[in-house]
Amino acid sequence: MRNLAFVIFGLWAGLVHAAELEDRRLFEGAAGQVTLRVLSSTDTDIFAPILDGFLERNPTIDIDYAVAGSADIVTLISDCPDCFDVVISSAMDLQLKLANDGLARRLPGLNGAPGSQWRQSLFGFTLEPATVVLNREAFAGRDVPETRQELIEALRADPEHFRGKLGTYDVRLSGLGYLFATQDARTSETYWRLMEVFGNLDAQLYCCSGDMIDDLARGDLFVAYNVLGSYASSRPETRDKVAIITPRDFATTMMRTVLVLDSTTREAAATALVGHLISGAWTAQDRPGYPLPSIGAADPSLLNVVSLEPGLLVYLDRLKRQLFLGAWSSALVR
Amino acid sequence: MTGRPWSLRRRLTLTLIGGAAVLAILFYLVVRTYAQQIAQQSQDRILEASVTSLLDAAVVRDGQIELDVPYAAFSMLDTAADDRVFYAIQQGNEFLSGYDGLALDDADPGAGPIFATRAFQGTQVRVARLTRNLPASPRPVLLTVSVAQTRDSLAGTLWTISVNAAVFGAAFFLLAAGMALWTSASTLRPLGQIAASVARRGPGDLRPVIRPVPLELSPLVASFNSLMTRLSHSLTQSETFIAEAAHRVRTPLATVRSHAEATLMRVDKDENRQALRSMIRAIDESSRAAGQLLDHAMVTFRSDQLETQDVDLVTICSEIVDRLTPVAEMMDLELGLQSDGPVPVRADPILIQNAVRNLVDNALKYSAAEGAIQITVTARPSPTITVTDQGIGFPQTEMASLSQRFQRGDNAKGTVGSGLGLTIAKDVAEAHGGRLELRNMEAGGACAILHL
Repeated sequence: MRNLAFVIFGLWAGLVHAAELEDRRLFEGAAGQVTLRVLSSTDTDIFAPILDGFLERNPTIDIDYAVAGSADIVTLISDCPDCFDVVISSAMDLQLKLANDGLARRLPGLNGAPGSQWRQSLFGFTLEPATVVLNREAFAGRDVPETRQELIEALRADPEHFRGKLGTYDVRLSGLGYLFATQDARTSETYWRLMEVFGNLDAQLYCCSGDMIDDLARGDLFVAYNVLGSYASSRPETRDKVAIITPRDFATTMMRTVLVLDSTTREAAATALVGHLISGAWTAQDRPGYPLPSIGAADPSLLNVVSLEPGLLVYLDRLKRQLFLGAWSSALVR
Repeated sequence: MTGRPWSLRRRLTLTLIGGAAVLAILFYLVVRTYAQQIAQQSQDRILEASVTSLLDAAVVRDGQIELDVPYAAFSMLDTAADDRVFYAIQQGNEFLSGYDGLALDDADPGAGPIFATRAFQGTQVRVARLTRNLPASPRPVLLTVSVAQTRDSLAGTLWTISVNAAVFGAAFFLLAAGMALWTSASTLRPLGQIAASVARRGPGDLRPVIRPVPLELSPLVASFNSLMTRLSHSLTQSETFIAEAAHRVRTPLATVRSHAEATLMRVDKDENRQALRSMIRAIDESSRAAGQLLDHAMVTFRSDQLETQDVDLVTICSEIVDRLTPVAEMMDLELGLQSDGPVPVRADPILIQNAVRNLVDNALKYSAAEGAIQITVTARPSPTITVTDQGIGFPQTEMASLSQRFQRGDNAKGTVGSGLGLTIAKDVAEAHGGRLELRNMEAGGACAILHL
């Protein structure tokens, strides 16, 4: 029954493209005995410092770190639930669905920050706002927009300057992009007006933050919407070339979440990793600009944090998704 | 009645405590059942609202169902225990969206929402289901929405309420048990008080109980009082009868005796004289017994209604000595009185007189000729009258029983006596709150001490 739900869910993901691992690396503890298999949507380079810190404290554990897109993660888990122990993803809705479908093990011993956990099985450990990233050069001599409305006005004021130079997630491919888009749409109608403008100006669609930021730094893009700003600021080669705007009207903020698969045989090691993540112990003082701010470091009252609740299942509904993608495509895809 | 005596108090206490226990358990069960119903109802209401909001969002466009699921439809199902949520949307029997396992085959439009508890994905869920006809051409479309939720939060709520109800029930029971103990003790207290007041009475106290008693006890007390009255009446009657009988016997006896003495003087034949002497002796014995029965009846009567006055024991004793000295002299006995001045007490003089006379009488009877009888009156440490003789003394083994009615010592055979003398002395002593002490002198002879 559970698998059936996954088959249906996995169908649309599978139709787009075959799920595959983007990267895979083994982090070895000093005296590794247990190999913990982690499936994550976070790039290995970004996550490596956290894992290194964890292995220092837990030298008997090796970590087999695999990276896949957040939507692919669901397919990989449903294809082979026994292949992984821990799932880390930025797509809160997909993670919540995994937990809701009974795939996550309850870890009663762990206590995260208030509102950052669901059913003692899904734990949020970062707070990362979706931002607007601008190419500084392209905005030289112009007012830097601080809200969506100001961005719309800036784009309308000089459409030819920005034509083909706008980028955002292709929500059909990116789980995180879909989460940000749906939450934006839920919060304000401004999102649709902005997407209309983007569509009219031949916006580029991306699967991943990294590509968008590369293009921004190169000057191929002037504006990237709903990008994790922390990614841009973490790269020294792009830091000076881009401006990261956290919109003042509202900043949709996601929690990177972790869950332990119920099928795991390495609960102790998995629990230790989850405990390490939610403790925020990896937020070292000597690493300024580290792209994964711990949940305790941010001030959630300023942000429009997506809450971990069954409402997240709404946009995963097939009919609802159909309607949303229909509206989104008609705005953006010409 | 056989078997162990049962306790009214224990039965009352156990009944009350048992009742409290039953009530406490009943309270717990009722609260739990209500809580369960209310908690289930509130979950059902939310599920119903969720289902309704889903159905309200559905429209048919170009023959296709469009369902713009409202965010609230699921976010309203957020609970403190983070319950899992499942749903299924189906058109007729065709599954459209959600969790396929939750869909059902027989859709029934028109009926209200159906609620059911069933197993899904290995756990118990509560399902709400509603079917609606959506207007469309050429014919309406049947849309069924089911929303299910796990029951963790419900179980948590129930557990909290159950624990609270259990604590309240236990507290109620303890309170009621304490009150039961107190109630049974206080209810039965008057019974104990009456029993104690009756138990405190002297053996001759046959007065009715006059203290106020609870309504429920008044039949018992009335019966008790009536019994006492009858008993008292019966005793008085028998005493009166004895006195009357003794009196009636004594007078003819005196006549018979005088006739016998007159005849003795006229008769010369030795064997006839012997017979007459025996006769006179028997008459004396009967006469004396009658006299003592009268004395005893009198003492009993006066003891019951004791009227004391200030008297001097020495005066009373010297009167007796005066009266009995001729008798003593006739028997070659010396009768002496010794005292250190007057000994004033509050007593019934007639009774004291009677008691002392009976003691001296005994001493006279059991003394050999040329003996001495000594009456000593002392004031300290308590007023006592001691009568000593030099006779045979009391039989050592029967000392305790001697003062009972008609009880005579083994060594008293052959002496005229009724066995009432010491009883009278003892009754008098006890009527005055004292006692009679009997012992033998070291030098021989009896010693009777009247403590007042």
